[in-house]
Amino acid sequence: MNKIKSLADLRKLQNEVQSKIKLREKGDNPDKLVQIKVSMATCGIASGAKETMTFFIDELEHQGIDAVVTQTGCMGYCYAEPTIELIIPGQAPVVYGYVTKAKAQEIIDKHIKLNQMVDGIIPVNYSSIDN
Amino acid sequence: MEMINLTIDNKPVSVSKGTTVLKAAASAGIDIPTLCYMKLEDMNIENKPGGCRVCVVEVKGRRNLAPACCTEATEGMVIDTHSIRAINARRTVVELILSDHPADCLICAKSGNCDLQNLAHRMGIRKIHYQGEQSMYREDTSPAIIREINKCIMCRRCETMCNEVQTVGVLSAVNRGFQAVVAPAFEMNLDHSVCTYCGQCVAVCPTGALTEADETGAVIRALSDPTKTVIVQTAPAVRAALGEEFGMEAGSLVTGKMVAALRRLGFDYVFDTDFAADLTILEEGTELLNRLSKFLEGDKNVKLPILTSCCPAWVKFFEHQFPEMKDIPSSARSPQQMFGSIAKTYFAEKIGVKRENLVVVSIMPCLAKKYESSRPEFSVNDNPDVDFALSTRELAHLIHLSNLDFNSLPDEDFDAPLGESTGAAIIFGTTGGVIEAAVRTAYEVYTGKSLPRVDFEELRGMEGLRKATIDFDGTPINIGIAHGLGNARKLLEDIQAGHSEFHAIEIMSCPGGCIGGGGQPYHHGDAEVLKKRQRAIYSEDKNKTIRKSHENPYIVKLYEEFLGAPMSEKAHHLLHTKYFDRS
Amino acid sequence: MAEYNMHILVCGGTGCKASQSELIKTKFQTLLTELGLTDEIQVIMTGCFGFCEKGPIVKILPDNTFYTQVSPEDVSEIVEEHIIKGRKVERLLFKDPETKEIIGDAKGMDFYKKQKRIALRNCGFINPENIEEYIGRDGYAALGACLTEKTPKEVINIVKDSGLRGRGGGGFPTGLKWEIASKSVSDQKYVVCNADEGDPGAFMDRSILEGDPHSVLEAMAICGFCIGADKGLIYIRAEYPLAIERLKVAINQAREYGLLGNDILGTGFNFDVELRYGAGAFVCGEETALIHSMEGLRGEPGVKPPFPAEKGYNGKPTNVNNVETFANIPVIINKGAEWFASIGTKRSKGTKVFALAGKINNVGLIEVPMGITLREIIYDIGGGIKDGRGFKAVQTGGPSGGCLTKAFLDTPIDYDNLLAAGSMMGSGGMIVLDDSDCMVSIAKFYLEFTLDESCGKCAPCRIGNKRLHEILDKITEGNGELEDLNRLRLLGNVIKDTSLCGLGQTSPNPVLSTLDNFAEEYTEHVTAHKCRAGQCKSMMHYSIDPDHCTGCTLCFRNCPVGAISGEKRAPHYIDQSICIKCGVCFEKCKFNAVLIA
Repeated sequence: MNKIKSLADLRKLQNEVQSKIKLREKGDNPDKLVQIKVSMATCGIASGAKETMTFFIDELEHQGIDAVVTQTGCMGYCYAEPTIELIIPGQAPVVYGYVTKAKAQEIIDKHIKLNQMVDGIIPVNYSSIDN
Repeated sequence: MEMINLTIDNKPVSVSKGTTVLKAAASAGIDIPTLCYMKLEDMNIENKPGGCRVCVVEVKGRRNLAPACCTEATEGMVIDTHSIRAINARRTVVELILSDHPADCLICAKSGNCDLQNLAHRMGIRKIHYQGEQSMYREDTSPAIIREINKCIMCRRCETMCNEVQTVGVLSAVNRGFQAVVAPAFEMNLDHSVCTYCGQCVAVCPTGALTEADETGAVIRALSDPTKTVIVQTAPAVRAALGEEFGMEAGSLVTGKMVAALRRLGFDYVFDTDFAADLTILEEGTELLNRLSKFLEGDKNVKLPILTSCCPAWVKFFEHQFPEMKDIPSSARSPQQMFGSIAKTYFAEKIGVKRENLVVVSIMPCLAKKYESSRPEFSVNDNPDVDFALSTRELAHLIHLSNLDFNSLPDEDFDAPLGESTGAAIIFGTTGGVIEAAVRTAYEVYTGKSLPRVDFEELRGMEGLRKATIDFDGTPINIGIAHGLGNARKLLEDIQAGHSEFHAIEIMSCPGGCIGGGGQPYHHGDAEVLKKRQRAIYSEDKNKTIRKSHENPYIVKLYEEFLGAPMSEKAHHLLHTKYFDRS
Repeated sequence: MAEYNMHILVCGGTGCKASQSELIKTKFQTLLTELGLTDEIQVIMTGCFGFCEKGPIVKILPDNTFYTQVSPEDVSEIVEEHIIKGRKVERLLFKDPETKEIIGDAKGMDFYKKQKRIALRNCGFINPENIEEYIGRDGYAALGACLTEKTPKEVINIVKDSGLRGRGGGGFPTGLKWEIASKSVSDQKYVVCNADEGDPGAFMDRSILEGDPHSVLEAMAICGFCIGADKGLIYIRAEYPLAIERLKVAINQAREYGLLGNDILGTGFNFDVELRYGAGAFVCGEETALIHSMEGLRGEPGVKPPFPAEKGYNGKPTNVNNVETFANIPVIINKGAEWFASIGTKRSKGTKVFALAGKINNVGLIEVPMGITLREIIYDIGGGIKDGRGFKAVQTGGPSGGCLTKAFLDTPIDYDNLLAAGSMMGSGGMIVLDDSDCMVSIAKFYLEFTLDESCGKCAPCRIGNKRLHEILDKITEGNGELEDLNRLRLLGNVIKDTSLCGLGQTSPNPVLSTLDNFAEEYTEHVTAHKCRAGQCKSMMHYSIDPDHCTGCTLCFRNCPVGAISGEKRAPHYIDQSICIKCGVCFEKCKFNAVLIA
């Protein structure tokens, strides 16, 4: 490691390393951020949920959108895997099915950025015991 | 100088900035009691830990009480030294100290001389409201000093003397809380430590925690043994202080009464260590001149400065702390040991008494002398040259025991032949005296001329470190003087580093020299006592007809009859010694 | 730079480490390596999360899952269930002790809801052994700003305006302290961090040093800039090996990155930090004793003035602050004095870290805004009293503090209110007592501590506290007299009034404050010879009620000293001269026949 020789150097390093811990900062305030939960049970993984999740992470980062992408268990829509749950702050959660990379791109471009829902929403057919 | 105005007990007081509340109060005639605090004015010796809390006073606007000894007077301060709050706190603190102190005043060595006892008396303590467990420690006896530290009150005076003044570093606080006490590291015994037995800890201890090893019983037994001839020698500083033990003003010279008392105690011969002091000057002075002449001739093997070696605590100090310099001090024995050696050879022969039947007692202002007399090199076939070394205080005790009214005793003279001395010998008792005595003789021997004046004022005083240059008829001789081992350390470190310019150095362990020795009557922190003793010593010198050691007729006779010449082989055998690496 | 999808934070505080958190971390790493997930999932060992009651803690982000009391055996389950399948392992989630509700998200925990983390901002968040994570959290930005954009005077004014007061106990205004040190003229000055945390049960400073060492180093450098010092010393107790290790790593990294050493950030400012180890003497937390100890002298306090700001380490002007005080500094610089001053009460700004301990459900480390009430701390954050017992008092300020009763539950906590209530802020120990605690014994416990930790220099502390303790001992032994209560008060006040240093001046506080607040408990001990909490064994009397005793011999068989005798199926009897009052008979008896009086 070279020495930090000026305040500018310090700020540059700060920007570089911030990404390393950004996830933790987000985790501290998830309710203020876009959250995407990718269903990653056996069925999801078998249908490519992992690729979808990686795509979301990379693309959101690429576009500079602050979001939290987490994995979650089986949501029960095994027929429509990969499924994701999208939570926009202040709005009701929405579940999408058959989320391929292309679909993911569309969700980011339309739903997340423009707040326009896209096709593929699975109607919620149960309520959680928490509610 | 910036003046500070404050009010103490409703009196307006004005003192210079930096003055403590204690001193400010004293200037207004208000005597705040103290216990741990001790200051020897003008001698750079101060113990101010702020630990006993006896001197607390109430300062208006301050949350808690302030210790007067270490609180600086500030502008506008309003102080009450005897509010009920201050008196109650002070009494409680004294009661607490008493509650952790053995109440054996009746049989304590310090009874009557104890600062804590005096304080309890002054405060009118009649009951200790908070009784409880007392600290218990092991008693430690050494050849010179007894530590009965159940009586330690943590005033830290001994620690200040041992560490700051003497830089010996044996005594310091150990343990924590209620178990805290002043002791050598790991609570080892003093005789395993690097203690020099200078006795300054004893000289300042306010209680009976530190006292001398008492040998009066042994001396009484010797005096009552008809098979023994018991002779006594008295060191010069004793006569300038002994009177204090009998209510006399400090600085009263009691030489004649002391001799009379010793004779009445039953000593067969009453002699004077001063005689041996004159002898020391001849041996040490000759050694100095030998080294000096060779040095001035450019002999590279000769080491200067030469250091005096009369002080046993100083000898033990350099043996422990500067063993690599043990060839620099003079090899001359101390006057006490020269006396013992001559007494048990020359004098024993003269009176036809066998060595083992001759008992030599010395009266010394010093506790290290007890240790010195026990050093094995000063014994012949396990018979020591000096059998017992009593302190000035022990002599006073013997006099009391023998029902003598000291003050009304007549003045008597020492016995011959070992009782005759010169003014040069008497000044051995104060700092600067040994070197002045040496200069008086060395000058005349070196130059072959008679001294125009014998008083070397430039060598006298109470400064811890002094220097002077004496003109030896064209040859400037640089003299250094140190009293207090901390000051000695500075000179030794200079020598080690090679920047010493001195030809000769006098070193005395005790502040003030022997007049301030650990065996003297207690000064209770009053430096004036030491100064008065010093003045007494110089006045005795002035009143002597012979004031140069080499003119002592009995010394001249001793060389003629017995020793030959100074530094002769016999003199070497009987009057010189060697030093040991004790590091 | 690679970005991880998931972070697994494993607590590396001393408490959790003692419960094998290191092994937990290793197991995570091994399993993730086997699964080839190391590129996506990062495992970090952080500083203390504060929730020590339920350690070891594992937090998984970004879904904020808070696992408690995780053992190394649980790791594979967490990986299989949570990491791979996305199902939280319910049995390891925190369960609210009151509602029994399982809480999956740390945000939902009452323990954290009312906390405000400034000094602990990075504890349990970053890897303390990686300077870059600290830098990523604005680390060293405050120092950079000070060095390049501000004058020392401006920085001192920010600290003054923030209202920050010393967190070590005394509560002296930090900015003012810096100003005094900055005005001392000397060729050499020192910045000292007091990390000699010694209150029983307190571990605030340790956790900060373990979890966020750079915040202290940065603040010390800022202080050095303000007062004109180029040397910093951290006096840390040798009993804190992990904190020492983390500090060493941090100091080395800061030097490597040029954030300590010469010419920091090209500004010409030099500052370096060294460690000094303390041997764990409580009194060395007092700044003059601390300085003596650093100088190699006996650790005992000296008389002030002179204050360290004028004459401190090696006789040079020295500014001493404690760890938590320093940890606040970078945030104050970054966010501004106004922001900091907006938190807290009128004369106590910001937050305070407390080590919550005793009879409380959520033992741990908390940071709360000044002005919060005891009730909020105990019942909301602390989860209430253990085992549903009754609240009795809270001891704050450690051995120098006092006990606060129910009456103070709704008093806003700040320096002045605590002092007015007869206690003090202290360094942040907070020990909750319930109705099974005897207040006389509690006072005795604290006094025992000061008795051991007194340096012995001044008579009132050395001997006075011993006598106080003896009187308390007499009372708890059942031999007390009414006059003893008076003596406790008189002597306690003299000790406060005459002792040399803060230790002695505050040492009678636990006694005096319990005397004030629980007078009837003391009186009961001396007049009725009764300890209502049942803690003072000497005053207890066990006997067997012959009407209830069935002679089952259970007590007889269990008595460890053979004090019980009796025939089978006949009432038993306790020999009082043998009984040691251990209480086993009472516990074993199935018929409630053992009576305690």
